[in-house]
Amino acid sequence: MSSEGLGVSVARKEDRRFLLGKGRYTDDLTLPGQSYAVFVRSPHAHATIRSIDASQALKAPGVLAVLTGADVAADDLGGIPCGWTIHNKDGSAMVAPPHPALAQGKARHAGDPVVMVIAETRTQAKDAAQLVEVDYEPHPAVAHLNAAVADGAPKVWDEAPGNVCFDWHLGDSEATDAEFAKADRIVSIDLTNSRVAPNAIEPRAANGHFDDVDDRYTLYTTSQNPHLTRLLLGAFTLKVPEHKLRVVAPDVGGGFGSKIFHYAEELLVLWASKRVGHPVKWTSDRSEAFLSDAHGRDHVSHAELALTADGHFRGLRVRTLANMGAYLSTFAPAIPTYLHATLLSGPYVIPAIYAEVKAIFTNTVPVDAVRGAGRPEATYLLERLVDKAARELGIDRVEIRRKNLIQPDQFPYQTPVALQYDIGDYPATLDMALQAIDYDKFADRKAESEKRGKLRGFGVSTYIEACGIAPSALVGALGAGAGLYESATVRVHPTGSVTVFTGTHSHGQGHETTFAQLVNERLGVPVESVDVVHGDTDRIAFGMGTYGSRSAAVGGSAIYKAIDKIVEKSKKIAAHLLEASVADIEFEDGKFRVAGTDREKTFGEIAFTAYVPHNYPIETTEPGLEDSAFYDPKNFTFPGGCHLVEVEVDPETGVVEVVEVAIADDVGVIINPMIVDGQAHGGLAHGIGQALLEEAVYSDDGQLLSGSFMSYCMPRAADLPSFKVGNHVTACTHNPIGIKGVGEVGAIGVPPAVINAVIDALAPLGVTDISMPATPEKVWRAIQAAQGGAA
Amino acid sequence: MATISLIVNEKNHVVDVEARTLLVELLREHLLLTGTHVGCDTSQCGACTVWVDAKSVKSCAMLAVEADGAAVTTIEGLAKNGSMHPMQEAFHTCHGLQCGFCTPGMVMRSTELIQRNPNPTEDEVRHGLEGNLCRCTGYHNIVKAVLSAAETVRGGAQ
Amino acid sequence: MRNFEFHRPQSVADAVTLLQGNDAAKLLAGGQSLLPVMKLDLAQPSDLVSLAGIPGLKEIRSEGNDLVIGALVTHHEVASSPEVRQRIPGLAALAGGIGDAQIRNRGTIGGSLAHADPAADYPAAVLALGATIVTDRRSIAADDYFTGLFSTALAPDEIITAVRFPVPERSAYAKFPHPASKYAVVGVMVAKTAGGVRVAVTGAGSKVFRLSALEKSLSENFTSQAASAVEVAPGDLRTGGEASPEYLAHLVKVMAKRAIQACS
Repeated sequence: MSSEGLGVSVARKEDRRFLLGKGRYTDDLTLPGQSYAVFVRSPHAHATIRSIDASQALKAPGVLAVLTGADVAADDLGGIPCGWTIHNKDGSAMVAPPHPALAQGKARHAGDPVVMVIAETRTQAKDAAQLVEVDYEPHPAVAHLNAAVADGAPKVWDEAPGNVCFDWHLGDSEATDAEFAKADRIVSIDLTNSRVAPNAIEPRAANGHFDDVDDRYTLYTTSQNPHLTRLLLGAFTLKVPEHKLRVVAPDVGGGFGSKIFHYAEELLVLWASKRVGHPVKWTSDRSEAFLSDAHGRDHVSHAELALTADGHFRGLRVRTLANMGAYLSTFAPAIPTYLHATLLSGPYVIPAIYAEVKAIFTNTVPVDAVRGAGRPEATYLLERLVDKAARELGIDRVEIRRKNLIQPDQFPYQTPVALQYDIGDYPATLDMALQAIDYDKFADRKAESEKRGKLRGFGVSTYIEACGIAPSALVGALGAGAGLYESATVRVHPTGSVTVFTGTHSHGQGHETTFAQLVNERLGVPVESVDVVHGDTDRIAFGMGTYGSRSAAVGGSAIYKAIDKIVEKSKKIAAHLLEASVADIEFEDGKFRVAGTDREKTFGEIAFTAYVPHNYPIETTEPGLEDSAFYDPKNFTFPGGCHLVEVEVDPETGVVEVVEVAIADDVGVIINPMIVDGQAHGGLAHGIGQALLEEAVYSDDGQLLSGSFMSYCMPRAADLPSFKVGNHVTACTHNPIGIKGVGEVGAIGVPPAVINAVIDALAPLGVTDISMPATPEKVWRAIQAAQGGAA
Repeated sequence: MATISLIVNEKNHVVDVEARTLLVELLREHLLLTGTHVGCDTSQCGACTVWVDAKSVKSCAMLAVEADGAAVTTIEGLAKNGSMHPMQEAFHTCHGLQCGFCTPGMVMRSTELIQRNPNPTEDEVRHGLEGNLCRCTGYHNIVKAVLSAAETVRGGAQ
Repeated sequence: MRNFEFHRPQSVADAVTLLQGNDAAKLLAGGQSLLPVMKLDLAQPSDLVSLAGIPGLKEIRSEGNDLVIGALVTHHEVASSPEVRQRIPGLAALAGGIGDAQIRNRGTIGGSLAHADPAADYPAAVLALGATIVTDRRSIAADDYFTGLFSTALAPDEIITAVRFPVPERSAYAKFPHPASKYAVVGVMVAKTAGGVRVAVTGAGSKVFRLSALEKSLSENFTSQAASAVEVAPGDLRTGGEASPEYLAHLVKVMAKRAIQACS
């Protein structure tokens, strides 16, 4: 067995450049003749742009151009497209309003870009932007879901009556009604899934360069998927054929979903570069990021669970309003539908489910995928509801889950909401997590907390997610505008070292290491002799990028398929050299051997022979050793597990401290345990952040009130404990490595566990509900209200 | 424009800057030391942390002209003679970084932390990093790395 | 950020001269409050007068029963000073809880007091300890110093040179930090001084203020129960922030109780 293959915690190859300060992020790159762009953004949530006076700005030092929506229209740039179409209950298509790169006529959210100022230096561009005068006529605006669907609400789009983008449903309404009709108990809940800002620590940036010699555009951008960006630029926005477009996503400082989407700034820097004859770079401020990066979540739901008297789930009904913001971001409509409603069975047997989702326009920043994307919303809804059912029926919270979990012998399991889970062992992860947190001793810990004046609560969440999204034909049928396969090229060099070209993109996930481990596992080549190339459309044939925990499951599978072809060809070469039949060649530990003999050739010898084909089966086999593969997944993968949280609440101040987190996940076969644990840690912090600290708060008239790190609370080290992370592996049945995916599990599983723990802590005081984020004042008020206090 | 002279990573520089130029802008745009990052505009994230006269500061909350005559150390100057500082090594072995963007600031602050407190508790490390945000790691392995580096440095001093 | 003229005078007198007759000039000490607001264009001074080149403003020294801290002493230096830790540990602890480590390496006591942010920590210490603000021309009693939201008794061209703290019998600060900004949502400093018990509250109002009712009851009976009994009227507290006046009023009592416990 190889020492660096599957299951080995190889330290990361990419670390060195980051630790020495030699990373190459988009803003680090300054091109010859570089100019800089700054955007003037609407301060109003909803306003007519009466006029723009750029005369003073144009006279300012260093200014090269001041561009507006009129220029965008005159040059026939395409609007920012939405890549997923959802159909209404009646079969008609959703309302997909136009999304010009710079606002035309109206600004529809605070932060909507109105004017682009380009100057020789960043400072000159900022100074000149202050001189642009925009005359706005403000209109009434709406930010919140319930207000947007109320009678007489301000209209975000004339073409969307009632601000409805689509009214969609999934599941069997009649079968669900029948289950409710015969149910012993019905438990219902009203929930808000709070709005969050993604906040990768690297702000977005884009540097566009038009080369008039080659008549070719190059875009350096903070993207999770450069090929998708090129596809959308080529086909929809810049309208330039793809061979004239290169998109490079160099080192990217975190994505969390927010860097999936094609943003207006990417188009505008390319377009402007051709107009001004210089490369044009834009780098977002954090304040600007809050007003221009797509936000996440923002659901309001009503859900009902039908149960038997002894606590078996029989039916689930869900009605959700999902905020789309002012425009449809790239994948926005898919999030509350195919990534949310399809997950509502969770890890449970629920014979009938019916879900209705209405997507709503508001005068806010567009809402799209943020770590988990739809699946955290589904998990939060289900796990809060299950906890409430346990309380109302007087059943232990762990037992009600255990009673309803899909059992290992029930796979493949077809849910009533379209998905077929291939494999899992949910009781095993539940038991593993309970053991890790020492559940049996919880009462002792609670008593000890009480001595210190703290209320201790225990929270549980059993969850599944669907990732590695999934057969292209299926997602196409559901409305996706793209395929969701992945590509890989494995290039074996003459001396036996390897370069892997992957269409996924690593922005923290460690692919440069884990994908090298895949090569090591299969070919025995040391990890240090394998380089992984990603993020450049000129170097990689094609790809769909990294999101939805897809890279190892889909991108890794493509690498395995390409390696299959390499091995197959190598066997032919080995057979020739060893004067044996191909059928007799075995490949193991990096050596090709004639079965049952000690005659062998190393992989390095085969590689060399492939490139120096003096003694070679040239009649049947081409020289060289390189192959490519595209892998289209057969199904989603279904990670799952159990997340347990213990909190201490200070009843005097309402402060909640997370004191224990123990999780057991099944993310399938693990390449690098250290990296997998790291992904779980990050997801947990993200999920705990949403549960307790973070919220993108809008005023009723559409001003973002928490628009900086002064007011939007990002989790810090002192807000979190160390995490106990365990894994129980069942191998995915339909991809060649058995991988499911780990990038999002923390953010999906943990928020309801935190809130369930807070409610558990406060239950003795009479508190039955608390919403995210459970801020100190909210907790304090809940305590006061439960105790009949003045608050 | 003001002319300032300062030492950055043991090298003398004389530079002309506008009064409003931030130290981080001097480092990134004038001296092309792009290892120091900018993650916010309100001085919370700490990605721009460097040392000025051996103290960690947020270089986005200091003017370049204030560094006139000072000795600045950035992440590029931490490794010596081609070998990484024990803090850099610990971040590597403990997987204390993912996307790498907060890492330079995190490493600079962490190194000061263990200089001031060579044997910190986990709690002291967590509170000592309250000026640095990370979105990737959940801090778990960063804390582990700082504790591990502290142990290495203590061992080396004995 | 708008550009400005930068000055680095070598004496307090020169600094005063640079400020005189120029309302748009501002002093720069550690810059940890001023530079962030300038970056957001919320302050646009024409001139910045740095105090960094002026000798003598960075000392911590004992004078009789007083501890005198120079205007340019950083929060970190106060927090880690053996002298402050021994003589007024409550003050050292307060300084060690301001912002974060990097901010404490740059931010100064003089800068904090001149800025007079209603949610800053130092004003609570200055007021509760009955300190004196020493300037280039006079001494100002803490009770007379804070005049309102971001405003003080300082003349436009007046420069803080030091803060003189009478060493109390006991003192302690309890803070409820804003989770994101780390400023005080509510901070209460309680001090047993030669002149009686003093209690100062920061964060909850438009400026730091004393809780005279609590001071009175504590003077009679120094127990934490006194804090629960005192009435804090929400109507007197800040509105429009993230925390409601009712919650602020409640937090004042809780933080007062904790500060009393810490200095009993």
